[in-house]
Amino acid sequence: MLRRFQGAPLLLFAGLAILAQVALSTLKADFYLTQLTMAAWYTLVALGLCLLMGYAGQVSMGHAGFFAIGGYTAAVISTAGAPAWLSIPAGVVVTAGVALLVGIPVLRLRGHYLAMATLAFGFIVSRIILGTPLFGQADGISDIPAYHLVAGLAITGRRALRVQNYYIAWAVVALGLVLALNLVRSRTGRALRAIHGDEEAAAASGISVARHKLAVFVLSAVYAGLAGACLAHFNGGIGPGEAGIMKSVRYVALVAAGGMANLWGTLTVSAALTFLSLRGAFGLLDDAVFGGLLVAIMLFAPQGVFGLLRRQEKVP
Amino acid sequence: MSEPVLRIRDLHHWFGGLHVISGAAFSCAPAAVTAIIGPNGAGKTTLFNLVAGTFSPVRGSIVFDGKAIQGLPSHRVAALGISRTFQTTRLFPGMSVLENVMVGRHRRARGGFLPDLGGRLFNGREESRMRRACMDILESLGIAGLAEQEARSLPFGRQRLVELARALASEPKLLLLDEPACGLNPSETEEMARRITAVRERGITILIVEHDMSLVMGISDRVVVLSFGSVIAEGTPREVQANDQVVSLYLGAGAGDEGDDREAARA
Amino acid sequence: MSAAQLFQYLISGVATGSVYAIVGIGFTIIYNSTGIINFAQGEFLMLGGMIALSLQAFLPLPLAITGAVAVTGLVGVLVQLVFLSWLRKPGVLRMIIITIGLSILMREAALHVWDEKVHALPYWSGDETSSLAVLGARISPQVAWVLAVSALMVVALTLFFRFTLTGKAMRACASNPAAARLCGIRASWLVSLSFFLAAAMGALAGCVVSPLTQTQYDMGTSLAVKGFTCAVLGGLGNVGAAVAAGILVGVLESASISVLPLAYKDVVALTIMLAILLLRPQGLFAGIGRRRGPLGLAAEKGPEQAGT
Repeated sequence: MLRRFQGAPLLLFAGLAILAQVALSTLKADFYLTQLTMAAWYTLVALGLCLLMGYAGQVSMGHAGFFAIGGYTAAVISTAGAPAWLSIPAGVVVTAGVALLVGIPVLRLRGHYLAMATLAFGFIVSRIILGTPLFGQADGISDIPAYHLVAGLAITGRRALRVQNYYIAWAVVALGLVLALNLVRSRTGRALRAIHGDEEAAAASGISVARHKLAVFVLSAVYAGLAGACLAHFNGGIGPGEAGIMKSVRYVALVAAGGMANLWGTLTVSAALTFLSLRGAFGLLDDAVFGGLLVAIMLFAPQGVFGLLRRQEKVP
Repeated sequence: MSEPVLRIRDLHHWFGGLHVISGAAFSCAPAAVTAIIGPNGAGKTTLFNLVAGTFSPVRGSIVFDGKAIQGLPSHRVAALGISRTFQTTRLFPGMSVLENVMVGRHRRARGGFLPDLGGRLFNGREESRMRRACMDILESLGIAGLAEQEARSLPFGRQRLVELARALASEPKLLLLDEPACGLNPSETEEMARRITAVRERGITILIVEHDMSLVMGISDRVVVLSFGSVIAEGTPREVQANDQVVSLYLGAGAGDEGDDREAARA
Repeated sequence: MSAAQLFQYLISGVATGSVYAIVGIGFTIIYNSTGIINFAQGEFLMLGGMIALSLQAFLPLPLAITGAVAVTGLVGVLVQLVFLSWLRKPGVLRMIIITIGLSILMREAALHVWDEKVHALPYWSGDETSSLAVLGARISPQVAWVLAVSALMVVALTLFFRFTLTGKAMRACASNPAAARLCGIRASWLVSLSFFLAAAMGALAGCVVSPLTQTQYDMGTSLAVKGFTCAVLGGLGNVGAAVAAGILVGVLESASISVLPLAYKDVVALTIMLAILLLRPQGLFAGIGRRRGPLGLAAEKGPEQAGT
């Protein structure tokens, strides 16, 4: 059960973020900020997935597909000469639309079948990207321009705007976290947890199970799509690897290690591990680390790393 | 009687080739306790599930409060004012007693996905209203002190009360209780009987499936006897007890279990 | 398209389809003895091919293949013993994630033991230029090998389940574990056996198809998904149905090349799977000849109720 007053952790989080930035900039090491910014966008995906898997109990082995849909939509639009501001909103809308279309039939499935169906979805997205010239096939799309926000702020990888982008990314993550925390503590959050616990009893309590599952599925997809679109602009490019199974498995590993139904846990684990991975700390064993983490967590600590420390148990 | 709250007519249902409900028909009077009894395999829980919307009957009609509800999914049935408990208490894991009851009140609260994203600023008033209403229900059942405990960690008898609270939280017009005394010791059963009667006093119609004859005969206004999927007797507890067919059903060869036989004979 | 070309597509479709069917059968065997969907199924084919490649550097091909099959079978048993056997009543979600994680680990291990390059076993007979003339089409002898080996495996498996004591014991265990135990059948040993069978069959399939479709460390995932398609189409209980499903998927996939860009070929099988899961979750062949299948069991929970 979450503590009532979430203000303290949020302040701590903000404080740490600011501290990190100031320290790195002072030490003239702000190239680390680039990886931290990328880690933020990936963390946004994990947060959305945490809502879906941890709270609503619906497995998604293809979430990287939504990330890619958001990213590629933004990429195509911004490199095709459309109005510049359109790319990210379009990325989000298209992702939401696909999630809606896919979710309606697929969420009727359960367990293994849902896992396989979502796996297949991610696979299909990845193959379509690889096979379509519009998406740059194996080379992806590059030369994506900066995305201008208000007052001189822009999402871009330019060195001069590093600090700005660091804060933009983590601010969006903070917002995503707050919305998710709100949702979880609300009537809808209880409904989701009820669905996760016992679908039939939830329905008997008047909860429209299908509608709730779809809503959280679309929301989690939107988180991923937004992250994809923003990262595409930040990196100035996007490649087919973003849709692959390895990425999808990573997101699942991060949510599982964070404790499944633990938003703060997911945030922490994701920020840390993604940053390390981007720094190359795992070297060639990068994918193996995430696969191994997943297996280890599921075998020995299904409540996640933080679950080991907590008294209360959340049913996986 | 005045317009029945629930009217079942010519209900038929098959599972595979098995004709589990064959032409069942009865009604539930408002603010009364109607009990369905019958030997194992008579179709009592299936009947329940048909009314609650878990299954859709192959044929027949179920009219609740003037509306035909057969074929509606269970969340729609619940929204119309029917609540139920389960034979094996199915409380939500990982949630407290109060949270469980608040889920029961899901339909009664206003709000939606978007306001919930906004948090206390948008749903704060509704949340505290919900909380208060649910605490009131817990208090009326004498378990307000357990509100913050994890529901599934409670002893079985308490869990049953929590499930009852959850079912009451939606302020139903019709309450379906599936073997509420199952697994309770005699003093817990007595307490359950009192609680059920208290609910009836509040004007809620109750339909109960039960094996425990002392409970049934003690609190029911009407008893419906089900055998092989159809109603073979209906009436006040006394009338039903005196019914020869019913007696032979319970005392006859292999139809019921010994406990029921002894209870029926004693009651 | 001429009749010969059509026939060519058909044959190659049946060949790839039979490989998918073998993967599907592997899923079915393990599912029926443990209730687990083993996402790492595709990796067994990859391992078979890779190990055979290493062995054939100093062993004649038939021995290398035999060795690869044996080793992979043992790997299957090892995976089951080390990771899965000691879990008590794991939830479905947990099992799914574990086997997916295992498939990743196996994949990455293969990457580090071998490399990321595309490899291929030598042709079992002839080479890449030889061809057989069948009904006006030219097909590679390896295709004939694939068909022959797959058919042999299916027949052997069917005979095993139908006529040997162990096979019958496995069927008993799958359909009623409690009763089987009462009869003195030790389920745990049979579970290991089912992993061995699934892995060994996968390895052999991987070896026979390697000259045609090559072997690469990451080929497992798409095979697993397509094999699962076959298993589901066959209702997860019927070997014969999985074979029929495999052929269907393979042929449709093969035919799609004439209509869709080559890159979308993989999408065909997946779309079929999604369609089946959503439209006819009990499988295409549910109710048809179910009782004749070697395991002859109905999948106890369909896609829309499983996983509770």
